[in-house]
Amino acid sequence: MADDALFEFLHMEIVAHVYKEQATREDIDKERVTCVSTLELMGFRVGQGLIERFTKDCPTFKEDLDIMKFLCKDLWSTIFRKQIDNLRTNHQGTYVLQDNKFALLTQFSTGKQYLEEAPKYLAFSCGLIRGALSNLGLESVVTAEVSLMPSCKFQVVIQKL
Amino acid sequence: PLKHNSELFTLTYGALVTQLCKDYENDEEVNKQLDKMGYNIGVRLIEDFLARSSVGRCHDFRETADVIAKVAFKMYLGITPSVTNWSPAGDEFSLILESNPLVDFVELPDNHSNLVYSSLLCGVLRGALEMVQMAVDVRFAQDTLRGDNVTEIRMKFIKRIEENLPVGDE
Repeated sequence: MADDALFEFLHMEIVAHVYKEQATREDIDKERVTCVSTLELMGFRVGQGLIERFTKDCPTFKEDLDIMKFLCKDLWSTIFRKQIDNLRTNHQGTYVLQDNKFALLTQFSTGKQYLEEAPKYLAFSCGLIRGALSNLGLESVVTAEVSLMPSCKFQVVIQKL
Repeated sequence: PLKHNSELFTLTYGALVTQLCKDYENDEEVNKQLDKMGYNIGVRLIEDFLARSSVGRCHDFRETADVIAKVAFKMYLGITPSVTNWSPAGDEFSLILESNPLVDFVELPDNHSNLVYSSLLCGVLRGALEMVQMAVDVRFAQDTLRGDNVTEIRMKFIKRIEENLPVGDE
């Protein structure tokens, strides 16, 4: 069983690598978009993979809200060792998940110092959420927002096809 | 239901390898990148390791080998490789992994026969040991993904690093 720290170190190194690689190739604006989407896509595949590894006791969900609750409680605890602290919804397909001490941001000092850097470290996790939901039957758009480290909010907008 | 976290690292590593195979033209380049990234992780991981384990300074390479196999691998990957195949000079040994957590559910596609999938591990070991003043060479001698029965990591002691020499960042 791989230790938490290993994933955290790997994640940090992946972010560093993606940005270093892009910096040697493109101009700044394009670099930022591509890096984030590369990380998001990696997270997406991992999120899908996590759900696939589920044993046959995969629960059946009655509504979207049940899936979101599962994500916030079971999945989040499995991945980040804690549950989402706050889940809000407008009951029209938009959900906001708040994590007051997000595992991938705790390496930064608390406060506003590295706010600019934060999105780099959230892209993978946004993809992770999107990938997990995709395999649970929900297509979504996931974005993240940080105003005070290490607290962050993930916004999930369910896409109705 | 979900095994806590073991899948997350394995899956993330898999996604990384997939991405690198897209970014780079040949397997050797991917191996190099994985090794480099592993090195960068290793130089930081050692602090985490020293803080969390209660191992003191190793007196010789044999002690180092034991600590790597019985403490470090156990702590980070949940496995305990065996330490064997010591060279007569005592400067080289093998770690035999019956199972390799990185490769659960992984199959190498046909066009990647030169890919050393777990190259990250070599870099991690090299980087971590460099931080405790040991220059080592680490490579995979056997790999279950490439058809061998076991995974064998060969580690060779090169030299002790003087403490006042600056360590380059790769």
